[in-house]
Amino acid sequence: MAGTVSVAGGLQAPTAHASIMESPMVEIDKVNLWYGLKQALKDVTMSMSKHRITAYIGPSGCGKSTLLRCLNRMNDLVDGVKMTGTIRIGGTDIYDVAQDVTELRKRVGMVFQKSNPFPKSIFENVAYGPRILGVSSRSDLEGIVERSLRSAALWDEVHDRLQESALGMSGGQQQRLCIARAIAVEPDVLLMDEPCSALDPIATAKIEELMLELKNSYTIVIVTHNMQQAARVSDYTGFMLLGELVEFGVTRDLFTNPRETKTEDYITGRFG
Amino acid sequence: MQRHFHDELEALKQTLLAMGGLVEDQIRRVMRALIERDDALAQEVIERDQQVNAYDVEVDETCVSLLALHQPAAGDLRFITTAMKIVTDLERMGDQAVNIAQRVLELNREPQLKPYIDLPRMAESAQRMVKESLDAFVARDTELARRVCAEDAEVDALKEQIFRELLTFMMEDARTIPRAIRLILISRFLERLADHATNIAEMVIYLVDAKMVRHTLA
Repeated sequence: MAGTVSVAGGLQAPTAHASIMESPMVEIDKVNLWYGLKQALKDVTMSMSKHRITAYIGPSGCGKSTLLRCLNRMNDLVDGVKMTGTIRIGGTDIYDVAQDVTELRKRVGMVFQKSNPFPKSIFENVAYGPRILGVSSRSDLEGIVERSLRSAALWDEVHDRLQESALGMSGGQQQRLCIARAIAVEPDVLLMDEPCSALDPIATAKIEELMLELKNSYTIVIVTHNMQQAARVSDYTGFMLLGELVEFGVTRDLFTNPRETKTEDYITGRFG
Repeated sequence: MQRHFHDELEALKQTLLAMGGLVEDQIRRVMRALIERDDALAQEVIERDQQVNAYDVEVDETCVSLLALHQPAAGDLRFITTAMKIVTDLERMGDQAVNIAQRVLELNREPQLKPYIDLPRMAESAQRMVKESLDAFVARDTELARRVCAEDAEVDALKEQIFRELLTFMMEDARTIPRAIRLILISRFLERLADHATNIAEMVIYLVDAKMVRHTLA
């Protein structure tokens, strides 16, 4: 049997080889990146499918966060960064001179390891982005805030205290608020850099469940040092080592029968 | 994630039950083929074994995936490892039904040696044990599982009885030997069926109580 498992309710990852992408949302082509003289990404080429969760795993310093930051041009903010290669999101070259970086960062939202709510009310945190984009009607903003908080599985917990400071929420709630904030501006892609590292197991479980819901509407890319998390939530996984993409494939295949010895060594804990 | 994992465990259970139902049905049909001397039915049983084998492969692959992707613990882990073992026993039971079917086809070439009394009794016991071991699995009923193991003694006794009776046939008339031997073989296959059912029952006790009682109860 060629690896199709049809257990009702889950495990429906496609059987196609990773190079036969379902409709690609993010296309990375021969990307190399240097921080000064140090090369952090070496010839990375791969695609990420729309409405799927793609995870990157690998030891510290392997380049996974660097790669993630290329996708919303956060690396532009770092001195001495040089990049070659192309990155297309939704068909557009995001490094093209005509690309407005702010517009890009609306399309490609990001959630960080340490949640960073603004020192404002819960409502204002979520309304901030839409407001900047020109939404001024109070009822429109309320609609957006409610929709975003519901999508982030936070509405039930906070709907009666939207005017309270976001800083009063628990770590898990703050992280979900950051997710709500990102999706308030209706991105295509959601980047998540170790989103659960600072959270306890129950908060982590809630965010993971949320990710599985969100992928129906967004394309999600997650960087995680927790392989088990990648195994649990992602459809595709990429293993990176020393700046190279060693292996990329359907998550179930990568975790049951990786092609590369280095991948197997890493996921079985024989590495380093 | 957690929710989906538990959905997947439930689906796995349903697949195992479907496989068990298929195996029970195979036993029922092959015994009917024996008693009614029905070649077509015996042939059908042989062909249907492919479905049993397909379940075997599907369940194994599912279990490996679940272990790789979810790193289950405690009861969930025991459930998955138990499922992998139960599916092997069920697949073997399917093979035993095929073995019986093949003997039926051979027996049908000659007149019936004697009325079949003990073989159907053995088959009924074996079938009941299969059903009860799977019921025990579903209901996590260790009492029922232990009773299944106790029933195995009766099946073993019937096997001995059949052997002794057919031995006297063979000693009296050498022309009965081919048929008698085939009937003895069928009793062996039924006895193996019952053994597999006790294996399943023992795994149920492991699943529920985390006690390894394999090889001690029957």
